[in-house]
Amino acid sequence: MEPYTEKVMDHIRNPRNVGEIDDPDGVGEIGNPICGDVMRLYIKVEDNRITDAKFQTFGCGAAIAVSSMLTELVIGKTIEDALRLSNRAVAEALDGLPPVKMHCSALGEDALRAAIRDYMAKQGQQLCVCGELDCPCRPECEERERTRERAHAAAHGIEVEAPEDSPATAGGSTN
Amino acid sequence: MAYIYFDHNATTPLDPAVLEAMMPFLHEAHGNASSFHSPGREAREAVDLARKQVASLIGAQPAEIVFTSGGTEADNHALRGVIARVKAGAGQPPHLVTSAIEHPAVLNTAQMLEQQGCAVSYLPVDEYGRVRPEDARSAINDATALVSVMLANNEVGTIQPVAAIAAIARERKAIMHTDAVQGLGRIPVDVDALGVDLLSISAHKVYGPKGIGALYIRRGTRIAPLIYGGHQERRRRGGTENVPAIVGFGRACELAGELLAESAAREARLRDRLEQGIRERIEHVRINGHPSERLPNTLNVGFTFVEGESLLMNLDIERVAVSTGSACSSGDLQPSHVLLAMGFEAEAAHGTLRFSLGRRTTEEEIATVLDVLVRVVARVRAMSPMYRDFIKGRRPAAASKA
Ligand SMILES: Cc1ncc(COP(=O)(O)O)c(C=O)c1O
Ligand code: FES
Repeated sequence: MEPYTEKVMDHIRNPRNVGEIDDPDGVGEIGNPICGDVMRLYIKVEDNRITDAKFQTFGCGAAIAVSSMLTELVIGKTIEDALRLSNRAVAEALDGLPPVKMHCSALGEDALRAAIRDYMAKQGQQLCVCGELDCPCRPECEERERTRERAHAAAHGIEVEAPEDSPATAGGSTN
Repeated sequence: MAYIYFDHNATTPLDPAVLEAMMPFLHEAHGNASSFHSPGREAREAVDLARKQVASLIGAQPAEIVFTSGGTEADNHALRGVIARVKAGAGQPPHLVTSAIEHPAVLNTAQMLEQQGCAVSYLPVDEYGRVRPEDARSAINDATALVSVMLANNEVGTIQPVAAIAAIARERKAIMHTDAVQGLGRIPVDVDALGVDLLSISAHKVYGPKGIGALYIRRGTRIAPLIYGGHQERRRRGGTENVPAIVGFGRACELAGELLAESAAREARLRDRLEQGIRERIEHVRINGHPSERLPNTLNVGFTFVEGESLLMNLDIERVAVSTGSACSSGDLQPSHVLLAMGFEAEAAHGTLRFSLGRRTTEEEIATVLDVLVRVVARVRAMSPMYRDFIKGRRPAAASKA
């Protein structure tokens, strides 16, 4: 594997905003379907702006750096701007990730979406899982999300009541 | 600050005496061991001496040693060479018996053979990572050409009952191979005591250079070459000999023989101290591998609630080098196939570290690593959502069973 960048190492050495918010306005917890790692993100929102963010992550070095960088990037952003933050942008802010670790950045984007979705739901607004406020294809998006969650469960070796078309097998490697 | 290197199962530093033996052959003594002139003869004599030194460490005849580019090639040679010689008769495909916890050098070769029509059985292991000889007995059939079970596992250090399995293979007229790469220099390795026909070793795990190893081939064993070429290595392995590396391997084996008993005892004592310190000072840990049938230098520990790579990176920041699973699987996203075969849940298999000590490991290093580890585990756990939930009573200590 390629080595991590200095920025990544800096965030591993010194992660920002670790912990939890006692009285959060939104919480998102996401499991990475590829490796089974987990990120939980807490946000505080005032006047449609994220004023604080904290994370807890069970994951590799890249996952921790992504979580840490993500909190730095979202604090101060409006909800709309935060929703536009892509995993690519987080990876770029870290000066890149090794190719096998690119999937780790998805953890950040997904946890952020989930936290914002949770916040919106509390406001009585429904944010589609795809990130669109008025998404016309909501059922498909939700089905895609369920498939992802099943893949996550599979990565953990957890048997879920999978529909016939998706075998929930643990990904045992042979090397 | 100096680095503390606890990753000797990945590779060992070159012993200064080995380097010294190699130096002339990297420079002035440049002859080709196949040439008849004096520089050639000088190289030939050096290779012959090294062959004796390697053979002597494993109780073999020098003529039974074939130098290879390392452990991986030796494993490939053993598996592919034996299967290639099986007579394509009776319509039955050749059968290979191996274990679920082999190094990728064996597992991926077995998979390739499987794709080519060879039948392969993968023996399971118990919770300590040991193959049961009875399982080997039931897996072997009349078409079994080769049984390949490693001597000691690289990730958890569990030592396999190779002699018992070899006896069964012999009864059934199957050829027996063992990957002894991790055993060499750490436990006694004797081809006759083990009763094996083929045995793979590698220099860089015994303080020799990288890129050189050997396959022991018992006289009379039916095996095809892997690399075709010139007449080198009695036509069993083509290619101009890597003289400096072979010389280094020979010297490294000689040293390993001299130091074996003493360093094994010393490393086991230090390893046990590390193990005890971890048990006493860190909660929610599991020691993986066999309690007694284990390489003296190896300690594999599971830390609940955290992921191995983040521990590794944090230890690296504190200048302590360890590994998660085997070095080859770093960057591999799957949990260790060895721990999965031992019956671990994927989540539990994720949070493990392997500490592997070496000849130069000191008591001070053990003490330092313990202090650093206590700090790092606490730091990474403080970041873990699983640990939070556990502290708040929302989650059991053990990873939930499926
Ligand atoms: C058990 C085992 N077999 C084979 C190998 C491969 O040896 P080499 O690195 O010399 O190719 C290793 C080392 O990585 C090993 O631990
Ligand atoms: S390997 Fe799981 S998030 Fe990086």
